[in-house]
Amino acid sequence: MSRIGIFTCWCGENIARTVDVDDVAKQVSSLPGVRCSVNYKYMCSDPGQAMVREKIASEKLDGVVVASCSPHMHLKTFRRAAQAAGLNPYLVEMANIREQCSWVHHDRAQATAKAVDIIRLSVEKVRNDAALDPIRVPVTRRALVIGGGVAGIQAALDIADAGYEVVMVEREPSIGGKMAGLSETFPTLDCSQCILTPRMVEVGQHPRIKLYSYSEVEAVEGFVGNFKITIRQKARYVDTAKCTGCGECWNVCPLKKNPSEFDFAMGMRPAIYIPFPQAVPARPVIDKKQCAKLIRNGCGLCEKKCKAEAINFKDEDKLVEEKVGTVVVATGYKLYNIAKEQDKAWLSGYGEYGYGKYKNVIDSLQFERLVSASGPTNGVLKRPSDGAIPKNVVFISCVGSRDNAKGLPYCSKICCMYTAKHAMLYKHKVHDGQAHVFYMDIRAGGKGYDEFVRRAIEQDGARYYRGRVSKITEENGKLIVRGADTLAGVPVTIEADLVVLAAAMRPADGIEELAQKLNIGYDEFGFLLESHPKLRPVETNTAGIFIAGACHAPKDIPESVAQASAAASKVQVMLAADELTREPEIAAINEQTCAACFTCVSTCPYHAIERTELRTGRGAFIKRTARVNPGLCMGCGTCVSVCPSKSADLLGFTEQQVYAEVEALA
Amino acid sequence: MNIGYYPGCALHGSSNDYEQSLQACLGALDIQLQEINDWICCGATAAHALNHKLSLALPARNLALAERDGHKQVFAPCPLCSMQLLKVQKAIAGNGLRAELSQIVEADLRGDGQILNLIQVFQTIGLDKLKAAVKEPLKSITAACYYGCLLTRPPEVVHFDDFEQPKSMEAVLAAMGAKTVEWSYKTECCGAGMTMASEDTVLELAHKILSNAAAHGANCVAVACPMCHVNLDMKQAAVEQRYNEKLGMVIYYLSDLVGLALGLSAEQLGVNRHFVTKA
Repeated sequence: MSRIGIFTCWCGENIARTVDVDDVAKQVSSLPGVRCSVNYKYMCSDPGQAMVREKIASEKLDGVVVASCSPHMHLKTFRRAAQAAGLNPYLVEMANIREQCSWVHHDRAQATAKAVDIIRLSVEKVRNDAALDPIRVPVTRRALVIGGGVAGIQAALDIADAGYEVVMVEREPSIGGKMAGLSETFPTLDCSQCILTPRMVEVGQHPRIKLYSYSEVEAVEGFVGNFKITIRQKARYVDTAKCTGCGECWNVCPLKKNPSEFDFAMGMRPAIYIPFPQAVPARPVIDKKQCAKLIRNGCGLCEKKCKAEAINFKDEDKLVEEKVGTVVVATGYKLYNIAKEQDKAWLSGYGEYGYGKYKNVIDSLQFERLVSASGPTNGVLKRPSDGAIPKNVVFISCVGSRDNAKGLPYCSKICCMYTAKHAMLYKHKVHDGQAHVFYMDIRAGGKGYDEFVRRAIEQDGARYYRGRVSKITEENGKLIVRGADTLAGVPVTIEADLVVLAAAMRPADGIEELAQKLNIGYDEFGFLLESHPKLRPVETNTAGIFIAGACHAPKDIPESVAQASAAASKVQVMLAADELTREPEIAAINEQTCAACFTCVSTCPYHAIERTELRTGRGAFIKRTARVNPGLCMGCGTCVSVCPSKSADLLGFTEQQVYAEVEALA
Repeated sequence: MNIGYYPGCALHGSSNDYEQSLQACLGALDIQLQEINDWICCGATAAHALNHKLSLALPARNLALAERDGHKQVFAPCPLCSMQLLKVQKAIAGNGLRAELSQIVEADLRGDGQILNLIQVFQTIGLDKLKAAVKEPLKSITAACYYGCLLTRPPEVVHFDDFEQPKSMEAVLAAMGAKTVEWSYKTECCGAGMTMASEDTVLELAHKILSNAAAHGANCVAVACPMCHVNLDMKQAAVEQRYNEKLGMVIYYLSDLVGLALGLSAEQLGVNRHFVTKA
């Protein structure tokens, strides 16, 4: 190519502060094949893009180098601009003189020289570019939603109401998630179950939602528009088609003393159970680790009692396949384990609070169950040790959050609000009781939120102490809570009947394994990564996979629901298209020179290369060869590096291009 | 077995009963304590209040002397002393302050030796071996194990046991046939050096510790720190007087109890020299 245009951007001050853009533009104008070289303050702005379009037309450019920011930022922008001017978009290259030059250097002369070098490389790349066409792939117009909490429910209903089929996978026996177990919700104190259970029923009855409860995502194959999901339906030992949910089985089950997962061990359940009365589906499961029949072939009372003959002790895990076009991940959160035992070496727990040692030290989700009308105490607040009504309750916020020493530096965001709610609910239930709250800061940003906290303090008389609790001990059945009131500058000791710890939020168990299956990113704490914190908050870096709710970061219900609707609308955009386009920068194999060693087949991480044969038009065998499936190839380049006969190459990043770039530096 | 021994100021002064107990108890277990030649004060709580580098340099010199004497293991019976030695090892690890501290103490600090507290000495001997050596199981003892603040803290320096809910002392006493109680003040502060500056503070803290131990059914307290012993034993009469309460709680060094179980007499161990000698 001999008519290349170079467009050097100032990025306001970002580049121009360190790099002499005028000088750069002048220097690169004399590179071989360069037709014109200009610079502008904001190349990505409308006038900047217009300049690119206009030069392509007026100078009849056949290649473009934009020297500005990272291609992650604006490659698409400039490719669109080129396309609008009639140039194949794959003849546009970015020279990154911001992140890789101006931002990391101070010396102006050296940075300017480096910018020239970077542009020289890109010019060589463009000179060896070939026009490419995007790959078009068909779309399976169905979505998978992983997780049936409030975020998953919202996303699934939005997508299904828009007319698309939804497959929902929930690993617990019922959908509903954490919200189903909450008592009342801030800042309006509306009953959590009252607002959630109708939505759960909608999911259960929706003609376009296929619900897999007590199931997990086993494997994910394919790519945007064409995912193949393998789902493991865990053995439930109950035929959900035959079962009527009458309840005879769990009433007759003699093993009733198993800690209930739904009540966070504040209540008990039988070995065959539904987690809570409003469960969707309202079908029980048998806990195989507890059932006497399954352990030692005893009992079997539920089977005898079941008129529907729905009990099947021979049930096994089943693997089923579903094809979907997009995925929404909404796997939610768990609470930081305050006791000593931790799942990560860098977490240390709070031994000084005696959680797990003192029965009356509980976490906030356990407290929710104790004040919930549907909870194990029917909404009467009784403390776990002896069932007495606690007259003094201490709430401690930021247990695990904002604490580098304990491993989690982030704010869990919702604890200030629910702790105020807890103090309020407690006062509404125990009128002569006193709530005490230890806090670091009160973070109550949100509509009606700060007013809510003030209400807890002013109307319901919660005593707030700004300071930490150093230690909890137990004496004569009382919990001695020792802390500091840093505003008054005095140590505080409270004899409490119950202590509630607002433990930090962490992503749900198994999130890292799931993220690896889906090939999406997660941070050091396991929270899933969005594609861009401001502009692409529900997208991941893998096309077609979206995130919603607390699997992304600590979030309250309104925010989770909003994000779920956002993810659902992104899904709808994708499913509304007849076909999707994919970037054409994928591997290609020269089938004439391929030696058919198939090293590439075994090394390809995406299973995108297959063995095939070349035959004449009449079907006579010529040779064997490897061939790339353009739908599956992700363009990683592994095959290029392993091919001994140099027959594999990456379009848009050919070996010729890479060598030309290296040589340009010599 | 020979083991390097850093007595620290207390064991040659106010707490020489602790040293007597250690010599008798560990001698009976065939452990010879080899005192580091020419050791100096570790700086205790005074040095770090004045100058951070001084607070490292003082124990660094002791560490250098121990290394010079070829001790692979150094036993410092006072938790503050052993913490100071560990603090130096941490400061020089990864070459952080190695060069500078080496220059100050005029020796090449290696920091590869093992610093032991009393419980760790017993762990090194092995609880099975200890148990086999028991002649008089401590049937009448129901002890509250009191670790104080420094035996387990700061956790990032000492890396010893669970720093809030430790269990290692209980394990030693269980091997001796003694009973122990779960109580609330295992790792609370006794007031330490405040005993000089603010006796009231110490009396209040000691009262809480002793009465909590008693309330949980203990008939004695086991300690592994000279300062804890001073505040709970020597000050006990003052606590009783101020709170008008009879406590009568014998405060044993851990080595006293192990020694008694090994068949040594109270006189050999120096238990008769304590202020509170019987309930």
